Amino acid sequence: MAEKKRITAPIDNEVVESLRAGDEVLINGTILTGRDAAHKRLVEAIEKTGESPIDLNGQIIYYVGPAPAKPGYVIGSAGPTTSVRMDAYSPFLMEKAGLKGMIGKGSRGNDVIEAMKKFKAVYLVAIGGAAALISKSIKKSEVVLYEELGPEAIRKLEVEDFPAVVINDAFGGDLSKEGIEKYKR
Amino acid sequence: MKVIEFDTIVNEVKNLCMKANYELPDDVKKAFDEAIKNEESPLGKSILQQCVKNAGIAENEKVAICQDTGFSVFFIKYGDIGINGGNIYDAINEGVRQGYQEGYLRKSILKDPLLERVNTKDNTPAIVHLELVEDEILDITLAPKGGGSENMSKIAMMKPSDGVEGVVKFVVESVAGAKGNPCPPTVVGVGIGGTFEKVAFLAKKALLRPIGEHNPDPKYAELEKRMLTEINNSGVGPQGLGGRTTSFWVNIETFPCHIASMPVAVNLNCHASRHAHVRL
Repeated sequence: MAEKKRITAPIDNEVVESLRAGDEVLINGTILTGRDAAHKRLVEAIEKTGESPIDLNGQIIYYVGPAPAKPGYVIGSAGPTTSVRMDAYSPFLMEKAGLKGMIGKGSRGNDVIEAMKKFKAVYLVAIGGAAALISKSIKKSEVVLYEELGPEAIRKLEVEDFPAVVINDAFGGDLSKEGIEKYKR
Repeated sequence: MKVIEFDTIVNEVKNLCMKANYELPDDVKKAFDEAIKNEESPLGKSILQQCVKNAGIAENEKVAICQDTGFSVFFIKYGDIGINGGNIYDAINEGVRQGYQEGYLRKSILKDPLLERVNTKDNTPAIVHLELVEDEILDITLAPKGGGSENMSKIAMMKPSDGVEGVVKFVVESVAGAKGNPCPPTVVGVGIGGTFEKVAFLAKKALLRPIGEHNPDPKYAELEKRMLTEINNSGVGPQGLGGRTTSFWVNIETFPCHIASMPVAVNLNCHASRHAHVRL
């Protein structure tokens, strides 16, 4: 396998365009978390006020609802949740709020794939179920919005060499489709 | 009749919650070792190795294998016993409450499914399947069920004329069509027969049979093997990124069926195919 690419989040179009489906990346910097309930609230807030209650420009959202942190831990186990449930919200957040990256598991629908091409964004997967291992790359965790949602609250995470694989790039590349095709019998 | 203290059950259930979520069962560990040997995709192999590493961290540090510590689904064999101080449902829910709190496990249950969707904050209520048995035993199996794999379940009221080919096609397409969503490699539970609700229960119960153990009926054992081969020929692979290992195993459970019917259900466990068991 080729060398892993290190990127620093938040990211801009230049970083987005440097990534290709199949690239293994190590993410550093800060990313946000959000899943079903937080996405619904963000979209409703933007529709109502015209702006996002949290700056999403250049941000990467990690679809995760972590387990509670044990004493002495930064965060509990924190693997990705199924991304397709966020499909209804992602194109809107790319268009209206400048979202540049998403991390989850599983494939995305055509609307999201088209929006990634149009608004320049990438979709990556982290290994679903490797939640204890992934949590080791999270160095700081802070709830920044919707605390009342518990595991579904929006957190800001400081990450060091967070491992992920690019599934969809901004040019229509799709590792999920290509990978399955390659090993089909 | 044997008498069991309410608090004893609470305590055992609490421990089961932690054990099930921290420790991968031996049959699953063995399945990973086999899959790593056979996986042709370099990325797939690397994913499987990281899952094994993850399970090691979880077991050693006593943290959750997966952040989704699931709906607490219990299969209880309730024999000729009495409970001193309360009933079985309350004991289980209290055990779940304590286990998820003390074990730093995620609470994932919402009080209302549609209108409110507010978290109950203690992972209750549990789902309890009671089976009455004759011996003086209380046998408790906990199978925490993650949402990602559960969401990929399928049920079909098939026509008897669809036959074996129809059933195989439905099962294989259900698993392959789920792609990376249920966190493959999965364990596949298949229910055939019974009624609408019975067949869903059979598919879930099928997930309890260990990897490596086939249906005792050789004809259904053959069908399990055929389904597994066809599922793994789909190329979906670990995490749906391509490879040889889409599923570790297929378990079929059957029940007698109405002359007009042929219900089929598919329920999936993610690669962290968790369960823990105790007999009192």
